[in-house]
Amino acid sequence: MFEFIVIVFLFLSLILYALMGGADFGGGMWDLLATGPRAREQREAIARALGPIWEANHVWLILVVVLLFTAFPPAFAALTTALNIPLTVMLVGIVLRGSAFIFRKYDSSAESVQLHWSHIFGAASLLTPFFQGVIVGAAVSGQIHVVNGAVTSGFFAGWLTPFALACGVFALVLFAFLAATYLTVETGGQPELQNDFRRRALGSGFALGPVTLVVYLTSRKGAPDMFHGLDHWWAPLLLLATSLFAIGALLGLWRREFLLARFAAAGQVALILVGWSLVQYPHLVTPDLTFANTAAPEVTLRLLVFALGAGAVLLLPSLAFLFYLFKGRRTATQDRPVK
Amino acid sequence: MSDLILARSQMAMSLAFHIIFAAMGIGMPVLMVLAEGMHLRTRQPVYLRLCRRWAHGAAILFAVGAVSGTVLSFELGLLWPAFMDQAGAIIGMPFSLEGFAFFTEAIFIGVYFYGWNRLSPVLHWLAGWIVAISGTLSGIFVVTVNAWMNAPAGFKLVNGHVTDIDPVAAALNPASFHEVVHMTLAAFVATGFVVAAVHAFFLLRDPANQFHRAALGLALVVAGASIPLQMLSGDHSARAVARLQPAKLAAMEAHYRTEAGSPILIGGIPDDATRRTRYAIRIPDGLSILLTGNPHGTVTGLEDFPESDWPSVRIVHWSFDIMVGAGMAMFGLALWSGWAWWQRPPLAQHRWLLRALVAGGPLGFIAIEAGWAVTEAGRQPWIIYNVMRTRDAVTPMPGLGVPFLVFTALYLFLAGMVALLLRRQFFDTDGPAAETAPAETDV
Repeated sequence: MFEFIVIVFLFLSLILYALMGGADFGGGMWDLLATGPRAREQREAIARALGPIWEANHVWLILVVVLLFTAFPPAFAALTTALNIPLTVMLVGIVLRGSAFIFRKYDSSAESVQLHWSHIFGAASLLTPFFQGVIVGAAVSGQIHVVNGAVTSGFFAGWLTPFALACGVFALVLFAFLAATYLTVETGGQPELQNDFRRRALGSGFALGPVTLVVYLTSRKGAPDMFHGLDHWWAPLLLLATSLFAIGALLGLWRREFLLARFAAAGQVALILVGWSLVQYPHLVTPDLTFANTAAPEVTLRLLVFALGAGAVLLLPSLAFLFYLFKGRRTATQDRPVK
Repeated sequence: MSDLILARSQMAMSLAFHIIFAAMGIGMPVLMVLAEGMHLRTRQPVYLRLCRRWAHGAAILFAVGAVSGTVLSFELGLLWPAFMDQAGAIIGMPFSLEGFAFFTEAIFIGVYFYGWNRLSPVLHWLAGWIVAISGTLSGIFVVTVNAWMNAPAGFKLVNGHVTDIDPVAAALNPASFHEVVHMTLAAFVATGFVVAAVHAFFLLRDPANQFHRAALGLALVVAGASIPLQMLSGDHSARAVARLQPAKLAAMEAHYRTEAGSPILIGGIPDDATRRTRYAIRIPDGLSILLTGNPHGTVTGLEDFPESDWPSVRIVHWSFDIMVGAGMAMFGLALWSGWAWWQRPPLAQHRWLLRALVAGGPLGFIAIEAGWAVTEAGRQPWIIYNVMRTRDAVTPMPGLGVPFLVFTALYLFLAGMVALLLRRQFFDTDGPAAETAPAETDV
């Protein structure tokens, strides 16, 4: 029972990381791809949107890691061994993304300096989620083998396949779509800027279709478990719901109902990840490691569940306050007057 | 170099880098809320300006600390998978709590740095307190894990298999209290002295500057209040290490022979082959008095342990002496500052004191780095003391030279950039622009 609660928290943290942290990476991608007469304004809008919240959004990833190594230590050990290389590259991306973002803010405001940091920030925002997609793809690939706690499939298994690479691209497009959709709401009151992000959201939203198809087709050989996930009784229902959200998001963008679009896009991403969690379960690293055969003893899990409960009681209101303060109705122009 | 040495180097480098940002991340919020509190009380604008300027620095340090901390959380598995496999279930608990504390800190960092104009002054100040408290708690939880590696508790080992796990006993292991107190105080000491050095530097050029006078005062209050406590905590820690890890204590003191009436050896060249430390300054009976309270008390030397269980005596002993020396020097600086303030305030007039404070700026961080070398190198060859050897925990991944070089280069670049950007923030305070207190919308 405790094990199941921890698993739910683990997947929830991952979903929230995708919805929040993922969108921050998407913001970085649009920073890199900022073009046209309003490139500078686009960058500024992205920086304003990320500024107060990206540090908090990033912590979901830390939470995933500590939950994984506390509750399922052998799985953490196996994953960090088998996927040592892509994880290391991802970490370099995380370091560069965060530092470049803050350095840009406090370095000289000269255009050339700002652009220099923007490019590092943007490139790292591409690199990191790509490898996160690859890592998730590798975990479900079925090609990582663990015998008696030791990884026997080497350091290249699972993550260099067409399927894993397609997962990387999928993560990129998904986060780009999410970010652009959020940004249409964030730029309310600036119609031209809003249009820029609307076009980007629509473009990446439509691109998601063919990319999803490639992931599906490559999964036949690259991740059979995932491919056959569609045989479950719930699969058509989930697919239908995800499609409805996707259509809702695109329709919302098309009809300029941006709040609706944001809600639908977030729902779409959440459902995609729910679907992936259901396919992944009960495996943690397909096929050898399951949640059950890597779980920490009951006493650890029970304490962890209490800690998670207490933590959630403290965190969720704080997080809601943060988002209310910076993402609520009031915008930057409605700040309190400076005394 | 072997992959074990490379893995240890990468871990040491990552920790040495992160610990600076982590310590500043604990110390700076305290300085900020003190300055903001002074502003709320006195309504003097200089304190608000000071708080905002410090917040600029803290924002940079916090961001780099957050990403370098993320790297460490993964490196636990990337470099030491067998350790995490065994330890995760036992000691993952404080890590999870640290996750929550860090989460709270990150949330209120956003509120604090960007919320100047969106919250009432008192609420904003309270947000700062939450940052300071949760930052300190994060540090405490992480140090608890390190303490467990030094004094493992809360489990049984049966045929190499971990059973009877008690995560609470593991977190409250015998080394937790002294390590937590020593590290937390170290963060306040180091932050206080390094910030004092920056403002002392500017006061040497412009002794009448109210901004830097206020800053120096607050920084010295934090540093000066912490350093005497740190001396006490250091004494307590040494006794605890003597009890829990006698081999480590013997290495710290370069003490090879078990003998009554042991001297304190300062400096010198420990030589494992002859089991003697040459050219050291000796304080007769000193070690026996410190550890047993009796000049004829017996202190266990390294000879009582198999040589395969010895840490590197030179690294541990020299690091220990550097830490103690830096601590003494800072204690002296604190006494001098207190005396000068008592005799003839303000401090800005005491030019030699200011010069000494500038020179002593790095001492706190030198002590922190040296202290961690004592703790970590002193625990070797064990990753979990007397339970698991470091060499048995290292990843089977070959080619560890590559990530070591990549992260070293990356961190050198980041360190250089942070230094440049902090310099930017502080040199700005000197300009006329700062004097007019610009109405910043956020930091």
